[in-house]
Amino acid sequence: MTVEIRKVVTNVEEVFHEGGPVAAAPLLVGSAAVVIANPFAGGYVEDLQPYMEELKPLGLEMAQRLVAAMGGDKSRISGFGKASIVGGGGEFEHGALWHVPGGYAMRELLGDAKAIVPSAKKVGAVGARIDVPITHINASYVRGHFNAVEVGVPGAPEADELVFILAMTTGGRIHDRMGGLRAEDVKGEDGLR
Amino acid sequence: MSVKVRKFVVIVEETQKEIGREIAPPTRRAAALAVIENPFADRYEEDLEVLMQAGEDLGKTLGEKAVAALGVAPSEIESYGKAAIVGEGGELEHAAAILHPRMGKPLRQAVEKGAALVPSSKKMGGIGSAIDVPLGHKDAAYVRSHFDGMEVRVPDAPRHGEIVVAIAVTDSGRPLPRVGGLTTAEVKGEDGLR
Repeated sequence: MTVEIRKVVTNVEEVFHEGGPVAAAPLLVGSAAVVIANPFAGGYVEDLQPYMEELKPLGLEMAQRLVAAMGGDKSRISGFGKASIVGGGGEFEHGALWHVPGGYAMRELLGDAKAIVPSAKKVGAVGARIDVPITHINASYVRGHFNAVEVGVPGAPEADELVFILAMTTGGRIHDRMGGLRAEDVKGEDGLR
Repeated sequence: MSVKVRKFVVIVEETQKEIGREIAPPTRRAAALAVIENPFADRYEEDLEVLMQAGEDLGKTLGEKAVAALGVAPSEIESYGKAAIVGEGGELEHAAAILHPRMGKPLRQAVEKGAALVPSSKKMGGIGSAIDVPLGHKDAAYVRSHFDGMEVRVPDAPRHGEIVVAIAVTDSGRPLPRVGGLTTAEVKGEDGLR
C-alpha cells in the first residue's frame, strides 16, 4: 500500500492585532494540509494499523513543510494541533490514522515536545472545513495557548480521499488575558503543566 | 501602509496528482491576503484616495509575499490575479479603489514584466467569505492553459469595517491543460494579449 498524494496546501496567518494593542512581533498561525487517496474507501477493512506506519514519513514531511512555511525556525513554535477530514466513501476511524504519524512527527521535530497534540476529525464533503484545536507544545494547561484554526482544501476530500492536517503557532492568542497557567511558568515535565 | 493591517495570510497550493495522473513538476499557486481596516466604513466618501494608495502599497507587499511563498525568481511567475472582499459597512467601490487604479504597477514589478491585464474579482461578504481569485497569464491574456482560479478566504474576516485583499500568482497553468488555444511557447508578450 502506498501513500498517494494529490495536493498539499499550506496557510500561514501573520496576526498583528484583533482590535487591541498591536503585537511587537506578529503571531504566526500556520497549517499544512495534505490530500491523499484513502486506500480503505468503499468497504470495511479490519486492520488499519500497518498503514499508520506507512504514513510516518508523510507526517514528518508535512511537519517540515509547515515549519518552513512559517519561516524555518522551529524554536519559535509553541503551539500545535492536528486534524483529519475523511471523504464520504471512508470511515471516521480512518481519520484516526493520523494520530501517530502526524502527532509524533510534529513532537519529534519540535524537540521532543511533551504535551499531547490536540486533535479533531470529521467525515466531510468536498470543500469541508475543520476547526483544528491548538494547545501549548509542552504543557496542555497553558490557557493563553488554547486556540483553534479553521482549515480546508478547496476541491477536497473526494469520496475516496483523506485530508490530513497539522497546525502550529508561534504564541498564544493575540490578546490573551484570561489568566491561568502561563507559558513562561511551564515546568514541561508531564506534558500538562 | 496607508491603512491599518490586522493580518496577512499566505496560502500555497501544490498539486501533485490530478484524476490519478502524476503532475511533474507539480503545479503551484500562492495567494497573499491582507485584512485591512476600511477607513470609509458606514459613510459615503467621495474621495477614495486613501484606498487607492492602499492598493499601491498592497500591490507591492502582497505581490512580494506571494512570489516569495513559491520560492521562485520573479521572472518564473507565469500567471496572476487579484480580488477583494468588502465587509459590512463598506461599498463595492472600495474594492475597486484598491484593485484598479494603482495596484498593477507594483504587482508587475514583483513578478517582473506583466504585460497582460491583471484579472480581478470583487464582492461584498461576511466573516469567512471565500472568493475565487481569477488567474490569467501575466504576459498574454489569451494563453488558454493559464485561465484558472484560486479559492481563498480568511476564516475571521472581513468583519464589519474591514476589507480582505488578495493577490494570487502561479508558476504554472492548470494541471492537465488540453483544450488548445494559445500556448506559452507562442507568447509574444508585447500587447498583453498574445
